Amino acid sequence: MRDVAVIGVGMQKWGELWEKSLRDIFTESALLAIDDAGVDHIDAMYVGCMTSGLFVGQEHLGSVMADYLGVAPIPSVRVESACASGGVAFRQAFIDVASGVHDIVLAGGVEKMNDIDGGGATHALSTAADAEYEVYHGVTFPGLYAMMAVDHMHKYGTTRDQLSHVAVKNHRNGSRNPLAQYPYELTLEQVAGSLLVADPITILDCSPITDGAAAAILCPLDMAKRLSKRPPVKVLASAHATDTIALHSRPDISWLSAVEKAGEKAYKAAGLGPKDISFVEVHDCFTIAEICAIEALGFFERGKGGRGAESGETAVGGRIPVNPSGGLKSKGHPVGATGVAQVLEVVKQLRGECGGRQVKGATIGMTQNMGGVAGSCAVHILGSV
Amino acid sequence: MAGIIGYGAYMPRNRIKVEEIAKVWGADAPSYKKGLMLREKAVPSPDQDTITMAVEATKHALRRAKIDPKRIGAVYVGSESHPYAVKPSGTVLADAIGATPEVHCADFEFACKAGSEAMFVCMGLADGGAIEYGLAVGADTSQGAPGDALEYSAAAGAAAFIIGKGPGVAKVLTTYAFMTDTPDFWRREHMHYPRHAGRFTGEPAYFKHVLGCAKGLMEKAGAKPADFAYAVFHQPNGKFPMRAGQMLGFKKEQIEPGWLSPTLGNTYSGSSPMGLTATLDVAKPGDRILMVSYGSGAGSDGFIYEVTDRIEEVRDAAPKTRAMLDANKRYIDYGTYAKFRRKIRMGE
Repeated sequence: MRDVAVIGVGMQKWGELWEKSLRDIFTESALLAIDDAGVDHIDAMYVGCMTSGLFVGQEHLGSVMADYLGVAPIPSVRVESACASGGVAFRQAFIDVASGVHDIVLAGGVEKMNDIDGGGATHALSTAADAEYEVYHGVTFPGLYAMMAVDHMHKYGTTRDQLSHVAVKNHRNGSRNPLAQYPYELTLEQVAGSLLVADPITILDCSPITDGAAAAILCPLDMAKRLSKRPPVKVLASAHATDTIALHSRPDISWLSAVEKAGEKAYKAAGLGPKDISFVEVHDCFTIAEICAIEALGFFERGKGGRGAESGETAVGGRIPVNPSGGLKSKGHPVGATGVAQVLEVVKQLRGECGGRQVKGATIGMTQNMGGVAGSCAVHILGSV
Repeated sequence: MAGIIGYGAYMPRNRIKVEEIAKVWGADAPSYKKGLMLREKAVPSPDQDTITMAVEATKHALRRAKIDPKRIGAVYVGSESHPYAVKPSGTVLADAIGATPEVHCADFEFACKAGSEAMFVCMGLADGGAIEYGLAVGADTSQGAPGDALEYSAAAGAAAFIIGKGPGVAKVLTTYAFMTDTPDFWRREHMHYPRHAGRFTGEPAYFKHVLGCAKGLMEKAGAKPADFAYAVFHQPNGKFPMRAGQMLGFKKEQIEPGWLSPTLGNTYSGSSPMGLTATLDVAKPGDRILMVSYGSGAGSDGFIYEVTDRIEEVRDAAPKTRAMLDANKRYIDYGTYAKFRRKIRMGE
C-alpha cells in the first residue's frame, strides 16, 4: 500500500442551482479541483451520487461525467452508498491510488435535488431506508431520526435546547462559509419554534435539499511532493463499515454502530485516538445525527453528545470543533457530494484557507459520512504533511 | 399615448382565513401567515364566476369613464378561469354592458398575466387608431388543489380598465415586456387544478421576470424608484411583491396602497390590475405609478402611468377597492368553501 495525499479540491457555491444541470455542477467542481492540484491529466475517476436516476433521470454517471469533463476514455465509475456515496467514492479513489493501480485519481460527488418537487425528493431519499420493512409502512427519514431523538432524550435526558444548539452552532460556522447554501445565523428560539416535521424534529433541525458538487484529486504522497502546487494533505486512514439497513433491527436505535466501527478502524489505521483529532466534519443530516455521531466517534461519552454544542466544546475554538464548514445543516446536503465536501473542508482547514471559521493550529482532521440511518458509514482521517 | 379613462374593481364578499384552511389539513397556520404574509382570501359564491365579476368591475369602470359603452371597440378578458373552454367570456361581458355588436372580443390566457396583457393590447389598438376605447379586464376565480400550498392564496376578484386617447385618469408614459420559456406553473386541458414546481416558482420564475421587467422598464424610461409615488407588483402572496419591491429599491410606503394580497389573496389575472385600482384610489394628480405584472410560463408586462387631474373628479363615482376589501366581509368555514368551490363531488 502506498501513502496517499490529496493535492487539490474544488467546489462552487451550493444551493438551488436552477440555471445549471447535474453535469454542469459536477464538471465545474472537478475542473476547480484539477486546477487547484495543478495536474494536466487524471488517470481514473470515481463519482459519488446517490440517486440521479430519481432526481434528474440520469444514470451511468461514470460515462456522462468523463465525457463532459473531457477525460474519456479513462476508467470512470459512479459509486452509490446513499448519503455516504461521496465518502465511499473518496475511499474507492484512495484504494485505487494506494494499491498502485492508478496514480492521479479524481474523487467527486454530485447531487441535483431541486429539479423535482418536495414529494419526489422525499421519495428519492427514502430509497436509502429499508424499502420493504420501513418505507412500505410510510416512514421517511425525518421520522426515523425523530425516533432516534426521542430514544436519546428518554434514555439520556437530551433536551430540545441541545438539539437547537447544534443547529445554531453549525449555522454560525456556515455564516462564515461563502459556499454554504444557508450562510445565515439562527437563534435557539427560531430552531425550536420552526415548523414541526416529526416530533421533536422541526424543519430547522433538518439539513436542506441542495444542488451541489465537490471534487478532490488524490495521488501517491511521493508524487504529491513533486507535483502539487499547494501543501499536500496526507490521508492517514480510510475506513468503511455497515450496519442493519432498518433502524428497528438494532439493539439500540440511538447508537450508530457503523459510525463506531468505522471510527475504530480509522483510529487504528492512523495510530491515533479521539484526543489527537483537531476537528471533525460529521454527518449532521439532522441535529440529533451530530449528537449521535460525536458519541460514536468517541469525542463524547455515550449519552452525553447533547452537551457538545450546548457547552461550546464543539464550537470553533472549543475542545473539539465539529462541522466548522457549517455542516450539512447550513452548508447544504447534496447527498452524493457531502462526503467529498467534508474532505474538501478538512484539506482547506489544514491548508489554513478557511478565514473566519479557521480552526487555529489544526493538523489532523476527520470526516464522517453516513448513508441512511448509518446503514453505511465512511470515516477518513487526514493530516498535514 | 393612450391612457386609462376609467377603472374599477370587484371582489366577492366571502372570506376564508388561513387558520380555517390549515386546520383541515393539519398544517401550521402561523408559518403560512408569517412565511407568505397571508391572512385571508376572497372566495366567490356559487353563482359568481370570471364573467360575473368582470361585469361588476366593468360597471365600476364605466361609472368613472363616463362614456357610452357603444364607443368601446374592443373587449378583452384576461383569465385562467374562463367559465368555458370553448365560448368566449368577452362576448357575454360586451353584451352585458351594451357594447355589442360593433366590437372586437377576445379572451386572453397567460396564467396571472392575462389581465395586464389585455391592457397592453388595448393601449396599442387605441394608440394605432383602430379603436376609440378598449375594455381590458383581468378576472379570475382561481383554483388551488385541496391541501396544496396554493389553496391558501388562490382567490377571486376582477379589475377593469377603459383605455383610450380621450381625457383620462392616468396617461401611459412607457410600456415594456419581459418573457422567457419558464415552466413554473401550468394546467393542461381537463385538469381541474393547476400544478406548480414548488420553490422553482420563486427565484427563477417570479423574481427573475418581475425584477427583469421592472429594471428594463425603468431603464427605458430613464427612471429610478424614487421617481415614483407608487409601485404595484403581481401578488401571488403577501411576501413576494414586498420583497421584489424592496430588492428594486422601492420603499414599503410606495407599495402598500396597492398591496392587497394579505387579505385578498392572489386574484391571478386580477392581481396587479386590482392593485393598480387601489393605488389610483389614493393617487394625486402628477403621481407616477410603476406596475409590473407576472404570469407563469413566464413573463411580465410593465407600465409607467402618470396620474392626471381628472382622477379627483371621478374616483368617488364607484366603490374604492380597499373599502370593498375591508368592509362587508362574510367569513365562511372550510365546508362552505369546499361547497362553493365545487370541491365536493356530488352523486351522479
